[in-house]
Amino acid sequence: MPLGAYLTLAALVFAIGLFGVLTRRNAVGILLGIELMLNAVNINLVAFARFHADLAGILFTLFTISITVAEVAVGLAIVIVIFRVRRTVEADHLDLLRG
Amino acid sequence: MTAEMLAFAGVAVVLLASSLGVVLTPNLFHAILYLAVALVATGVVFLLLDAPFLFGVQLLLYAGGVVTIVVFAIMLTERLVGTSIRQTSRYLVNGALVSLAVFVGVVGFLVQAPPSAPRPAWPGDLTVAVGQALVGAFAVPLELLGVLLVIALLGALYFARSEG
Repeated sequence: MPLGAYLTLAALVFAIGLFGVLTRRNAVGILLGIELMLNAVNINLVAFARFHADLAGILFTLFTISITVAEVAVGLAIVIVIFRVRRTVEADHLDLLRG
Repeated sequence: MTAEMLAFAGVAVVLLASSLGVVLTPNLFHAILYLAVALVATGVVFLLLDAPFLFGVQLLLYAGGVVTIVVFAIMLTERLVGTSIRQTSRYLVNGALVSLAVFVGVVGFLVQAPPSAPRPAWPGDLTVAVGQALVGAFAVPLELLGVLLVIALLGALYFARSEG
């Protein structure tokens, strides 16, 4: 398969993830959309690394996967705290900082 | 129609269908199961790109770790049974328009790009090369990554600790 096929697939997954981030009300649902977008970027990195025979893209993917896992852990901890304080994880209701 | 094209088409269909399931299903728990399928399908794409090591990392960290954490978070914030887990979406039309615009913009660049060269030969064993690079040129970023993971662990513990 040519490089363009992989990049198009990644662009589609990225667009779907963006749709999820924009339309979900639940904070956990928004996080799931972000996961999809990060996955699409990983596909891009690996595809470019493979087609340029360059190891750096593979290593970058390794780092982004690890950092994403840390991000999810912290993000969900924040979601749990918000739920404990406000009894909701609806993103529209979280307007504590509104003046 | 080579075997590689068939494999790519199959995994692309699975990946896109499960991604749509993640963003469209009203049940948040089903969305996580779809996300697990999408993550495994992404790992298979890595396999097609001759990166079996990343396939393993994807399965261990994403499909294993992330899905487990998210399931726990949902169990703590919602009830798994009943209707409370159902969730509605909003701005469906606007969200679809923005996503479509982003996709069209990216594909516009892809169409303009010159046709790519065929896949070059991969030098040697990828896992060996990754291991050598991690203790060689990428040793400092690897250590920083360890520091970041410790900080994230402590931060998550601090946020989620019980009061008092």
